[in-house]
Amino acid sequence: MNNRPVQFNPKLKTVEAPPGFMGDGFMATSFDKVIGLARKNSIWPLPFATSCCGIEFMALMASHYDLARFGSERVGFSPRQCDLLMVMGTISKKMGPVLRQVYLQMAEPRWVLSMGACASSGGIFDTYSVLQGIDQIIPVDVYVPGCPPRPEAVLDGFMKIQELVGNESLRRRHGDKYKELLAGYGIQ
Amino acid sequence: MTNEIVKQRLVEKFGEQLTGWSEPHGMLTFTAPKDLNLKVLQFLYDDEQLCFQFLADLQAVHYPHNKGEELAVVYHIHNLVDNIRIRFKVFTNIQTPDVFSATALYESANWMERETYDFFGVNFIGHPNLIRVLNVDEMDYFPMRKEFPLEDQSRVDKDDEMFGRGGAVGFGTEKGMHHDTIAEDEKPDQSKEV
Repeated sequence: MNNRPVQFNPKLKTVEAPPGFMGDGFMATSFDKVIGLARKNSIWPLPFATSCCGIEFMALMASHYDLARFGSERVGFSPRQCDLLMVMGTISKKMGPVLRQVYLQMAEPRWVLSMGACASSGGIFDTYSVLQGIDQIIPVDVYVPGCPPRPEAVLDGFMKIQELVGNESLRRRHGDKYKELLAGYGIQ
Repeated sequence: MTNEIVKQRLVEKFGEQLTGWSEPHGMLTFTAPKDLNLKVLQFLYDDEQLCFQFLADLQAVHYPHNKGEELAVVYHIHNLVDNIRIRFKVFTNIQTPDVFSATALYESANWMERETYDFFGVNFIGHPNLIRVLNVDEMDYFPMRKEFPLEDQSRVDKDDEMFGRGGAVGFGTEKGMHHDTIAEDEKPDQSKEV
């Protein structure tokens, strides 16, 4: 019999259980909380990386500023399978309809994170060819300013998205206010 | 093969029609009337000694003060055998910017001429598909001409005060236009000076 001591990590962080009623072998809580908890810790981002912020995103996904520890182990490049559209880089006016099409192809619930100055507002490129902010064509949830923003800043933005995801009501996407928001962008 | 030989052969063939000979930074440069541009290019291509069979660049320059010759179309052609490049310019009027297309001779001229059309409005006669490349198709002006402001005019939230330009007169906008880069007959009414 081996007397080798078992080595386990005593400092393992777990996510807190949502408030609810605990009983013998069961726990009762509300759907909103459980689904919010599950969704926010497993966001699958779609990196729409165009320029320099895309490189900064690569640094973010690498081992030092790991984005995978927030649940985004799998980044997908298919809009059908992703929750979060991360727009990183300068979007030109010619690219606008493409970005809009990618957003329209995403399935609800979907969130948008605009990373960097160019995606948020056109950045230093105030010219005839650059779209002055992606919020002219799609609704944005979180803006991360910077040129480029440091990976820690993007993680901060990502955590804010997580807050939004965790606290979102399940009926939000079916409500009138959301429909009005989308209608403002010309999206049915 | 040197610049002198190229110049001598060209002058033998075309004589006084080629003007503006110069050699900035060692690159032979000359100008021809715009009706001759294909003939000159063809001659440089076919000749066994000259053999300029690579079109390196095709661009335009807008000179707003040269009335009657505002747009210059510039060809950079290269001789791959002897490693010599020459620059060949053709000037055209901005009111009727028609230039013969070099697409039949050089395939690479196809997109380069589309780009020149997109940014300067030069109309290439005989081009198979002269539409905008690089800019949105709905754009109705030619951005690289010197008469248009640099900045996106659709912004309403930009505070010019913060950019050191003073809120009253915006830089690069209608209000701040200095009117010396536009052709005379296109200037707005002078009585509305700020």
